[in-house]
Amino acid sequence: MRNLRKFAFLGVLALVPLAGCRQDMHDQPRFKPLAESDFYPDMRSARQPVEGTVARGQLHEDTYFYTGLVNGKPGDYMPFPVTKDVLERGRQRFDIYCTPCHSRMGDGNGVVVQRGFQRPPSYHTDRLRNAPLGYFFDVMTAGFGAMPSYAEQVPARDRWAIVAYIRALQLSQNATSADVPPGQKVPSPAPEFRGDPGSGATLPQLQPVQNESGGEAK
Amino acid sequence: MQIFHRATNTIAKATIFGSIFLLAFILWACIQFQRSPYVTYAHVARPQPVPFSHEHHVGAIGLDCRYCHTSVEKSSFAGIPPTQTCMNCHSQIWLGAPMLEPVRASYRSGKSLVWNRVNDLPDFVYFNHSIHINKGIGCNTCHGPVDRMPLMYNEASLQMEWCLDCHRDPAKYIRPRSQVFNMRYEPPSGSKPMELDGKLYTDQLVLGKDLVKQYNLRTVADITSCSTCHR
Ligand code: HEC
Ligand code: HEC
Ligand code: HEC
Ligand code: HEC
Ligand code: HEC
Ligand code: HEC
Repeated sequence: MRNLRKFAFLGVLALVPLAGCRQDMHDQPRFKPLAESDFYPDMRSARQPVEGTVARGQLHEDTYFYTGLVNGKPGDYMPFPVTKDVLERGRQRFDIYCTPCHSRMGDGNGVVVQRGFQRPPSYHTDRLRNAPLGYFFDVMTAGFGAMPSYAEQVPARDRWAIVAYIRALQLSQNATSADVPPGQKVPSPAPEFRGDPGSGATLPQLQPVQNESGGEAK
Repeated sequence: MQIFHRATNTIAKATIFGSIFLLAFILWACIQFQRSPYVTYAHVARPQPVPFSHEHHVGAIGLDCRYCHTSVEKSSFAGIPPTQTCMNCHSQIWLGAPMLEPVRASYRSGKSLVWNRVNDLPDFVYFNHSIHINKGIGCNTCHGPVDRMPLMYNEASLQMEWCLDCHRDPAKYIRPRSQVFNMRYEPPSGSKPMELDGKLYTDQLVLGKDLVKQYNLRTVADITSCSTCHR
């Protein structure tokens, strides 16, 4: 009898740690980004700024940088100097956000167009070749006809980088043999890829070139 | 006086040993259960309001992750696209599809679509996407072959041992930054060498060691200390 009570006591004691099996620390009373809230009528925990207020760093005073317009007309200069890095960035962002419709070449034959989206005009027409830089920025910012605005997805600086890259693309599609540096062979040898030529909008990875003697070319 | 037969001795011994093995087995089963999909939900697709397919949008159409998960490079949170992003294309494509009705309804009413979370860490763990992306950890190292997922599931258990396996030796997984978003990336091997900055690599560990240096990774002691993830 004595023993039984002792065991019962130990048994109850062994149950105490179970009280720790709770979820409070897993689900703390705070919101992860975009989590649902049952406090606001629209169920969003992410709030818009109160009307009439401006968040720090979101006062868009430099209007040309944020609209591409000068007195309501598209301007024709870049708001910051174009370097190789800016062009590389522009190419990367163009490949992510614009190629689905406009294609890597900019001729308007993107994959989504092949699935039935309205075909955008090619960038390589005289009208768009002569369009001022600010025009492209404005199309991305405000949208244009069937094309949605990209201001939400692409920040202003990246949009300008895309503008610079589109201009480079237009120049490249209109290049003549006089633009080829001396010594460069045209056409250059076809590249070979490692495995699958990539997926998503990522650039495929080149297979290292092996030269005739079997060694590596550098 | 002998009540039990001699043979019962063996039975007694067997039960004593047996119970030790039985206990060990139960312990082992518990540990395995704790790591199994019943607990971690790994490889279990969740129901979603719209059967959104990464296989179609990434694998077939070739969209980049950043087209939709716009903040993955800059913030802790990868971001889930707003309805507007879907309507960029679905304002014209698959217009009549009943499958997409929740998207259109959300667009008309301004009410958010409610996606169910797939990868969900407990709130006492701090995780940050941007550092992993910028230090050359590919999306598919953690999320698996997203471009072949008709419905999203989590590839990893997301348990602490999984995080630590990599934090103890990132060289096993790290890749060049330009390949982070490539879902079909293959680490260098003898038959598929890789050239980077003029050097030819045939082994992931050699490449990994160089990248760890090049990307200035902190020491292992630093990124395995408890306060890195529990802050
Ligand atoms: C969802 C498909 C789609 C995507 C993505 C897209 N566009 Fe367009 N774009 C269009 C369509 C369609 C038109 C033609 C619109 C019209 O004529 O109504 C167009 C037209 C244009 C034009 C030409 C306007 C003119 O004067 O004819 C420019 C410039 C342009 N887009 C730039 C961009 C840039 C830069 C991006 C990437 C940030 C981009 N587009 C992404 C579909 C798209
Ligand atoms: C067309 C837009 C789109 C693209 C492109 C896209 N995603 Fe998604 N992704 C979504 C949506 C919408 C969800 C939420 C629904 C779901 O979980 O299936 C999501 C969910 C996810 C989740 C799970 C989120 C959670 O709840 O834990 C992961 C992981 C993910 N995406 C990874 C990727 C990766 C990696 C890529 C690039 C290869 C990618 N996505 C490209 C739209 C997109
Ligand atoms: C860049 C354009 C684009 C965007 C952005 C996009 N889709 Fe699609 N979606 C397509 C195309 C093209 C198809 C048709 C696929 C096919 O024909 O194989 C499609 C098909 C679908 C289908 C039909 C079933 C299937 O998987 O084939 C669903 C559902 C769908 N999309 C949901 C969404 C949702 C939800 C979003 C927003 C997170 C979204 N899409 C964003 C282009 C897009
Ligand atoms: C080091 C591993 C790791 C890498 C690399 C990684 N993710 Fe994640 N991802 C996670 C974890 C862990 C979560 C769950 C986060 C949480 O619950 O707070 C997550 C969550 C997500 C979500 C849900 C929303 C969120 O942020 O919580 C999306 C979308 C997503 N990842 C997309 C991506 C994309 C796209 C990439 C590649 C650019 C990527 N992830 C790379 C581990 C990773
Ligand atoms: C495949 C490899 C890999 C996996 C898996 C992984 N990490 Fe990391 N993590 C890294 C690397 C690489 C770094 C960068 C270390 C550095 O900067 O030196 C890092 C850094 C971090 C940091 C430091 C961020 C900061 O700002 O200090 C945190 C926090 C972190 N990881 C959390 C996690 C968590 C939580 C998980 C599991 C859910 C996880 N990681 C899974 C590779 C990984
Ligand atoms: C790389 C990130 C990382 C580091 C470093 C890390 N943890 Fe964790 N820890 C996690 C994650 C992720 C979980 C959630 C596991 C799960 O959900 O099953 C976790 C869970 C835990 C839990 C379990 C809590 C519970 O209720 O299940 C404990 C206890 C814990 N960690 C202690 C530690 C201690 C002590 C250290 C230092 C020696 C440490 N952790 C270092 C990522 C980390």
